Formats: sequence, structure tokens, C-alpha cells
Amino acid sequence: MSVDINAANQTAVGRMISSRPMLTGVARAGDVVPGLRENLLLHAGPPIEWERMSGPLRGAVIGALIFEGLAKDEAGAVAMVERGEIDFEPCHHHAAVGPMAGVTSASMQVYVVEDATHGSRTFSNLNEGYGKVLRYGAFSDEVIAKLRWMNGTMGPILAEALAKSGGIDLRTLLAEALHMGDEGHNRNKAGSLLFLKQLAPYVRDSEVLKFVGDTALSVLNPVMAACKAMADAAHGVEGSTIVSTMARNGTDFGLRVSGLGDRWFTAPAMVPDGLYFTGFSSADANPDIGDSTITETAGIGAFAMAAAPAIVTFIGGSPQDAVHATREMYEITAAEHEHFTIPVLSFRGTPVGIDLRKVVELGITPRVNTGIAHRQAGVGQVGAGLVRPPMAVFEEALVAFAERYGF
Amino acid sequence: MSPEPVTRCGVRAGSYHDSIVLMRLQRALAALPGVIDAGVIMATPGNREQLAAGGFDVEAAANPDDLLVAVKAESESLAAEALSRIDALLRVRAADSSEDYRPHSLAAAFKQLPEARWVLVSVPGRYAADVAGEALEQGRNVFLYSDNVPVEREVELKRRARDKGLLVLGPDCGTASLGGVGFGFANRARRGNIGLVGASGTGLQAIMSRIHALDSGISQAIGTGGRDLSAEVGGITAGQALDLLRRDPETDVIVLIAKPPDPEVGSRLLAQARATGKPVVVHFLGAPLPGRRLGNVSFAATLSEAAELAVGPHPPAPSPAPPFTPSPGEGKTCGSVRGLFSGGTLAYEALLGLSAFLAPVWSNLGKYRLDDLLRSREHTILDLGADEFTVGRLHPMIDQDLRLRRLRQEAADPEVGLILLDVVLGEGSHADPAGELAPEIAHIRASRDVEVAVVVIGTDADPQGLETQISTLETAGARVFRTVTDAVEWIFLNRTEAPETAPVPLEAVQAPVAAINVGLESFHDSLRSQGAASVHVDWRPPAGGNERLAGILARMKA
Repeated sequence: MSVDINAANQTAVGRMISSRPMLTGVARAGDVVPGLRENLLLHAGPPIEWERMSGPLRGAVIGALIFEGLAKDEAGAVAMVERGEIDFEPCHHHAAVGPMAGVTSASMQVYVVEDATHGSRTFSNLNEGYGKVLRYGAFSDEVIAKLRWMNGTMGPILAEALAKSGGIDLRTLLAEALHMGDEGHNRNKAGSLLFLKQLAPYVRDSEVLKFVGDTALSVLNPVMAACKAMADAAHGVEGSTIVSTMARNGTDFGLRVSGLGDRWFTAPAMVPDGLYFTGFSSADANPDIGDSTITETAGIGAFAMAAAPAIVTFIGGSPQDAVHATREMYEITAAEHEHFTIPVLSFRGTPVGIDLRKVVELGITPRVNTGIAHRQAGVGQVGAGLVRPPMAVFEEALVAFAERYGF
Repeated sequence: MSPEPVTRCGVRAGSYHDSIVLMRLQRALAALPGVIDAGVIMATPGNREQLAAGGFDVEAAANPDDLLVAVKAESESLAAEALSRIDALLRVRAADSSEDYRPHSLAAAFKQLPEARWVLVSVPGRYAADVAGEALEQGRNVFLYSDNVPVEREVELKRRARDKGLLVLGPDCGTASLGGVGFGFANRARRGNIGLVGASGTGLQAIMSRIHALDSGISQAIGTGGRDLSAEVGGITAGQALDLLRRDPETDVIVLIAKPPDPEVGSRLLAQARATGKPVVVHFLGAPLPGRRLGNVSFAATLSEAAELAVGPHPPAPSPAPPFTPSPGEGKTCGSVRGLFSGGTLAYEALLGLSAFLAPVWSNLGKYRLDDLLRSREHTILDLGADEFTVGRLHPMIDQDLRLRRLRQEAADPEVGLILLDVVLGEGSHADPAGELAPEIAHIRASRDVEVAVVVIGTDADPQGLETQISTLETAGARVFRTVTDAVEWIFLNRTEAPETAPVPLEAVQAPVAAINVGLESFHDSLRSQGAASVHVDWRPPAGGNERLAGILARMKA
């Protein structure tokens, strides 16, 4: 049997590029996310059982069970989990993505993104802003109270605003944000303001406007759902070596490959190399966590670093380093994006479609820009920086591809 | 007595900074002498809370839009010193690195320097052929410095290159100078009109240097790699290089040097050297000279002589068709050459001369010995005076019976285009050798498209009558020469076939030179210092040298 890998990859990455994710609504997860049941919690990254979960993910699980009213407190939540009453599955198995712990339960509101090209629907939870937040594993009363406000008040208001606005073209929004200094993962300042600008005419509630406006990551969650739509469009192409998922659960890094079905390839997640907030160091850092690597999978984030010179300190300090970071990613990708362009590179398209073969051949793993979570539940973000996935997962996937296709 | 740490803070009102700047400032302050820890925040209530949680007891008045810096130091003065640095540290900017991006792959390098026509490869031998192959795939010429490349790979690469009109210099090619830029090991020789082709790197350098010392200069120096002129490789690169220099307007004179080539390869290259129409100096180290000169091709005995001959002066090349009575077979010398000699030394000289450009030449004298002396094959020179032909028979200088029969036999062979004879006059020889040969020659010339050339050795005092003998032969339709050298040169100049080769575009050797370097960084530095554009590839073995994975990747590419 022989497959034309290059042709398959062009098909896969072509589907990724042509995907046109539209943010059309906000809805209760249990009503829209396929397969989401009352006793099921979705989480970031590849599959993982409670025993192996890191601090932030455990904390988020506890918080979600309290939020759902399934448990009264931490002890009750842990007991439920240990009795085996709660199932855990990756967001990625349910057309969803979530930043950091990514824990999503049935009562939570989620953004609904529809791919106008390929017809798929993808989902992501609402961004909680800064400080004590569930996505970093916090589950104190104030965290739960904020979740109740977000899901009870803000969610329906955003849903109504999106319905009135006719939806937001996230691909266009991202393309514009890349020209305004965002890379779409660690820096979403411009994108979040564009998001606010599009919502504002349809939102009367100043508290909601302030909340969306105060959070420079507001748009990250819809952007992630958009990237999930793009990546899913590239998934399942026979013979393709394009990476269609990269995600971390705080314990393992996992990836999936377009031509290798739904099999996860995993290895222990790395601790990011980054800058730390006052009072913290790498000793406090949890291993890499979150589904936000979907942005790099879709050709933005660290891959578009050259577009975001304001955050180059993460990677060495000079704008030249940012350009080099993007140039390096061109070496392991199959195409240049038609819609996402980088002014400083003469509007060259961002590198898109990670080719497993090139990663292994050149020994260059994808760059990932990331926030850094504290290893203990609930402390929150302690820094931000760069991480690279372990090479072992790419090597393992290459061997599996060779076995599957007879190379 | 350990001093009590002191915490001091500073405020910059209305000074907004991105959190990254704050983190960088924090790190810089903490690294100052005597500073135990530092905290840098925008003074929002939440951030102040976090600062307090970090062990900084701070009471300073500050608004949310203010920059608040706290320093915990070993002494009051060290804390003050640290705080005095805030503004300077905020102004620190990382130097804009002007160093270019170093790609890891050829593909990325080609995007970075699309005008690059050359790829210099000096990676370990077992990877070199793959890198060179990728360069060819991308339509680039290759300077292949690496050694330990298997000869099969060399053949495969060079055939592929030839079909695409590209050059592969090497493997194990140390030297080239193209468009005025030295590749690998090259001397800084003056630019001039002498083009060099060499299978020997140091040989090229010796000639380059000598030409420079003689106040002359070189246009191009093209190294081919030491195996290029072997039978396996077939002189592919040298042939392409000669053809390129033929068309190169910068090149007026060509020098071709090599260790002794495979005879057939050498003969093909001489045919190509003739086809250049430019003066060509050939030096095959240690190989017997076929003569001093054949048409536009001179033969040098040493490297320095090659340089001196190249510098000149260059005598005009003889006209390829010496004036002669037109005949039915005019100019047709492209079939096989058959020489039927009565004189052994004349036969040997003809064999030596013709072998330079007609190899293999079969004979009863030299390296390519006929199995069956009664049947010629391809090009054949026979000494009919040798013992094996004179058993029970008179020497052909006296009795031409055998030679006449063999003459008819050769003429009847449809492969044959030219028959070469000698007539040796003087005391003791046959009384009228030309008279005996003439009817047969006339018959051949009249009935077949076969040229007949005769070398007549004798003086105008010889009893057979030199003039009469010559005119008898000429009347019969033969071309008459007075020396073997003249006859050989005439044959050389009238061979019209030149090996076909897809021409290498002249741009390959024209300025401006742009190249991609994979391997030794010094080659990249050298190119840059000569003003050539160069991108250095930060090369690593495929899959980090993991052979199993590299094998999979190779199969996926196949």
C-alpha cells in the first residue's frame, strides 16, 4: 500500500485554512455539547484518571462538582470521585476545548462556534478573568460565586448579544488582531478589545461590559474553539502526518495526528521555561496544562510570535528573536496561512499544519506560548513563558504512522 | 551577627508597564548585589495583596495606575542603591540582534535565499548524498566537499544532475572558484580568462597560483572530485564543465587536469575539449602524452607547464579540414578507425595518439589486445610486421599480400569509416608499395563511404620516388600525411561527434554568487568575506541520528 503523504497533508492543511469559525452563541453545555452528561466532567488534555491528576486539575474538578451542586465541599467532592461516581473525559472528545484545567460541566455556559465552511460545531467555556479562578484549580466561595454570576447572568446576556449581532467572524477577528500585536495565545489584548467592540452595541449591562473589557484574555476561549474547528477540519485525512491536536492535562502532554484516527500519543508534560510573577519561581510551577495549544496547532500562538514583538521577553528579548521563532516554525509546517499574515515578514502567512515528519527529521518540536499554573490547586497563574512538547510523542506517533501505513 | 533585612519601596506614579516588563524588572532587581528579593507590581488592590503574600510588608501610598517596587535587601544602603536603579533598568532594552536566522533545513534556506544557485555540502559522508540529492531536487548545483560518499551514490547524483542541467562538484571536491568567489579551499587568484577543470583539488590550487604568478588570471575553477574521471562515473562533471567553459564568455583558454583518467573517459573528454574550439591545455598526471598538441588541444607534462601553456601565447589551431582533393567520402571519419601498418613503431605511435581520443583502440601492441587477430573490432591498429603475422611470410614492407587482403576485409566492414595505412620507402622496401595499394584504395573510395589515409615515410632521394608514390596514392583517393602526428591530428579534428549533455546554464558560474552552506561553518564565513550571499544551515543528522526513525522518514519520502 502506498499513500501520497504530501497530497494528504495538503488536503488536511487546506481544510484547516479554509475553516471559517463563526461565534454564533452561548448556551448551557449540557444542552449543546455532544455526549455531556450530568456526572461527566470534561477536562483539558489527553485522558487522565483522578489518581494521576495534578493539583490545579483536581482543584477544578472539586470546584466544578461544588458548582454543579453535586458536592457540598471539597471532602464531599473527593469522596464522590473516589467512589467512582464521576466520569472524566477530555474536552477534545466532545468537540470542546478549555484553557488550563479546562474543566467543563453540564451547567456551565459555553461559547458555540460554527464552522461556516465545514459545518462543524465546537465549544469552549467562558473566561473567568484573573485572580482566583477555577481554571487554575481554585474553588473557594468567591470562585463559585463568580461562576454563578458568569453562568447565570453574563452567559445569557452574551447569548442575546451574539444573536442580535448575527455572530462574530473569528477568523477575521484573529487576522486583524495579528496585525495589532497579538499572537492569539499569550497575547490577546487586541483581539479581546475587538471582541468587546463587536459585542458592546448589543450589551446594556455595564457589569458585563466591564468584565469582558477588563480581561485581556476574554477572547481566548472563543479563539480556542475557533482553532478547535480548524484543527478538527484537518483531522481524519487518510495518510496525513499533520498534527491535529496538541493538549496537556497538567500531567501528560498529548497529541493526535490527522491520519492516525483518535489515538493519543502521550508523554509527561514539561515545566515551561518562563518569567515568574513576584514571589514565584519555577519550583512553584505545575507541568504544562491546558487545551490552549490548539492555537499553535492551528498556526497562531507561538507560531505567530513575529506578530507580537511586545511579548518577546518570554523568548529572549529582541524582536529579532520573535521573528526567528516564527521562522523556525516554518521549517516544521506544511503551509503558510492564507488568512493569518504577519506584517513584519512582509505579510507572509503564519506557519500552519505541523508535519510530524519534519518535527522528527529536523529535531525541532513546536513552540508553545503558555501561562504557567501554580502546582497547588487554587493559587493561580505564577508566570508565563515558552514550552516545547516532549520529542518522544512525535517519535512514537511517527513509528505508529509507519506501522499503520506500512513504511 | 547577621543584619536584619530591610524592605524599601519606590513608586512611579502613572507609569504603566506591561506585566512582562514588570517581571523583567523584578528579575533584574533581585539579581543586584545584596538584594534578597524584589517585587514589582502595578499597584492594584489585588496585586498589593499578592505582594504582601510574597512577604513584602509595604505601606506606601500608591494608586492602581502607579508602578510600585519593593526591595528586600541586606542593608538600608543596598536597598536604596537597588531602588535608584529602577528607572535605568526600565530603560534597558535588549539589543536588536542583527544575526540572521539560521535555518535547520534546506527547504527553509531556499526560502531565505531563493537566488542561491549553489549548495555547499560538508556534512559527514553518510548523510552527504542525501543532502546533495535534496539540493538537486530543488534545482541547485552542489559543491560536495564531503568524502566517504559511495561511488554508486556519486553516479546516481551526477546522472540526475546532468539530466537537470546542474553540476555536482565532488564528492571530495576541495576547490572551486566560480564567478570570482572561492568555494572551499581556493586561492585568491586574479580574475582572468583561463578556465580550469580539475579532478585534483591541490592540482587546481597549484595551477591557479602559478597562473597568478605569471600575471594572468582565472575565470572559473571547477573541481570535479577525484573519481569523476573513473569508468564508473564517466567524467560526467568534467564533461559538463568543459561544455560550460566553451560557452562562458569570460573564458578564452581552458585547462583540464586530472590523475590518469579511465581511457574511454579521457578520450571522450578530449573530444569535448576539441569541441570547445578554445585553446585547451590537458594535463593527465603521469599518463603518456599522445603528442604535444592535437588541434586546439595541447598536452602538458607538468602542472607548471600546464599553467605556462595556458598563459600563452596560443598558436592558431589548424583548420579542421586540410585542403585536399574532394572525394565521395569527404569528411566522413566517424566510423571505426582501422590501421594496417607495416612499420611497428609507426603503428605504436598511431595507437598512442588515437587512444587519447578514440579509446578503446584494439591492437596487437597495447593494453586492449585483440583476442582474434584475424578480426578487428571497433577501433583497431595492427602492426602487420609483428611476429604473429609474419610466420611463413615475408615482412609487409616487402610483401603486401596479407595487407591487401586485410584492407579488403576492413573495407567490407560496414562499421569502418577510416582506414589508416603507412608506406615506408627506402632501400630494401618494396619497389612500388603505392602502386600496389592504389587500385584497392581506388576501389574502396569508389564503392564505399570509407576514408583512406596514408602516412608516407621517406625522402625525395629514395628509389621508389617520393613524389610519384604520393601522387599515386592521392590519385587513388587517399589522404596523404608525412607524419603519424599529422594523420592523428587530422583524424582528431574530423571526429565530429561530441558527447551530448544538457547544458548547464551560465548563471551557475556568474556573479553575483549566492550559496547555501551545510556543514563546515568556515565555508560560510569565507563566502561572506568574499562578498557572496550565503545562508548557513544549522544542520543536524535526520531524526537526531536515530537510524530507525531516519529509515522510516526515508521510506516515507521514497
